[in-house]
Amino acid sequence: MAIYSTNEFKGGLKVILDGDPCSIIENEFVKPGKGQAFNRVKIRNLKTGRVIERTFKSGDTLDGADVVERDMQYLYNDGEFWHFMAEDTFEQYSADSNAVSDAVKWLKEQDVCMVTLWNGTPLSVAPPNFVVLKIVETDPGIRGDTSGGGGKPATLETGAVVRVPLFVQTDEVIRVDTRKGEYVSRVKE
Amino acid sequence: MTETARLHADWRPGCSVEVLRKRAWMLAAIRSYFDRRRVMEVETPSLCRTVGSDPNLDYFASGLSFEGSGYDCTLYLQTSPEFSMKRLLAAGSGSIYQICKAYRNGEAGRLHNPEFTILEWYRVGYDLEMLMDEVDELVGRGFGLAAPGRNPERITYQQAFISHCGFDPLIAEIADFRRFAEATGDPDAQTLCGDDIRLWQEYLFSARVQPQLGKTGLCHVYDYPANQCALACLKADDPRLAERAEVFYQGLELANGFRELDSAGEQRERFQRELEIRRQAGKQLPSIDERLLAALNAGLPDCSGMALGLDRLLMCLVNASSIDEVMSFSLSRA
Repeated sequence: MAIYSTNEFKGGLKVILDGDPCSIIENEFVKPGKGQAFNRVKIRNLKTGRVIERTFKSGDTLDGADVVERDMQYLYNDGEFWHFMAEDTFEQYSADSNAVSDAVKWLKEQDVCMVTLWNGTPLSVAPPNFVVLKIVETDPGIRGDTSGGGGKPATLETGAVVRVPLFVQTDEVIRVDTRKGEYVSRVKE
Repeated sequence: MTETARLHADWRPGCSVEVLRKRAWMLAAIRSYFDRRRVMEVETPSLCRTVGSDPNLDYFASGLSFEGSGYDCTLYLQTSPEFSMKRLLAAGSGSIYQICKAYRNGEAGRLHNPEFTILEWYRVGYDLEMLMDEVDELVGRGFGLAAPGRNPERITYQQAFISHCGFDPLIAEIADFRRFAEATGDPDAQTLCGDDIRLWQEYLFSARVQPQLGKTGLCHVYDYPANQCALACLKADDPRLAERAEVFYQGLELANGFRELDSAGEQRERFQRELEIRRQAGKQLPSIDERLLAALNAGLPDCSGMALGLDRLLMCLVNASSIDEVMSFSLSRA
């Protein structure tokens, strides 16, 4: 893998820091007119998702990280691992609960997710921005309410709970924005 | 996109015509200011046979060659016009100013461009306090960067450091710096600074102190530690300190000034110390500027000088957050 110097640190560059794969967010060159040059770098740990700030002496280097993002279809969960298949090569990958993390509540078989691989192993899973899921349980709403004001909790087939308008009923299918965890609309089947 | 397509897509300048106009106005205002005070504008070469040996400045080197003659000598783009201007002062020029380009290799970022514009001026018979007064007049009142209705902020390096880090940088030992870094949860400081007191001072000053300076208007920091004296003379009554001042505005370093060192012997020793640091760091070793030393020997008048980054001043005038926004063609477009 390549080695990168502070002057090559750019948003999106994947590097190894303290043994973990990280993504550079921001790199600021700091240098007094008469003094040592530093680089103040904002960096995301791709394992934990945490953003940290670190300072390097200008010219310091980090190893590049073999990190790629690929579209993969979610196949099934065997109780321990979640199995995915790359859309282009049909290669299969198994992700553990750390990698799947919060995405688990949106995972529906055959949906296409963005899987981040580090040295060929799933590191994280991002669900599609919008998913279409069936409501398995919600309180019966008040007849005639079409405004969507107020709302009520609804449990979806994947286990996620979202707020839906009062007129939406059990067994109906809805579209959800996974980034905000919000109801978008009903979907006619 | 191919390289050619990329070049065709960004032929335009990085700043608006309005900013170009503001720059022209700023330059005219500066010239008018000095003209009214009978300070003479001068020009000195960008390409010289020698260059400053400051270990923290990297330079661009080029060469002179005449086709077929076999003659060749290295010429350096100047990191500042200081040495040439001091030779003019020693030759009896009186107070002078220059607006020119300076070149520093490896400096590129939100606040740096490797080629940038400097206003450098020297006032014969001025001490550092008078020069700071002049910065307040030219930049503070002239360009509206003074804090409204208040006296300009002036603080010693020691006071500034104590008020933002809580300990005295002049008497602190390595263990004190280390303890502060640990207490503030800074994992990198120890690795970066090691046992180098000056590096600790610079690191904490730029990380902790500088961002807090000049929040409402120009702020002068003076009485720098002697280990950061650069080309300033040391204070006669306290040799732990150098007669050096820096000017900050909203955390941005705008200018650096000295009561100029006039001793050729001391200057030669400083050059040799700098070259030794460069040698240990494996950096190139420029030859010592003997003509500058000869000029100091002949006699530099008692004077103070200031170097002001004009691109950064313009950033303040138009509220730009990056130097690219105030240059016609910064590095990425040049």
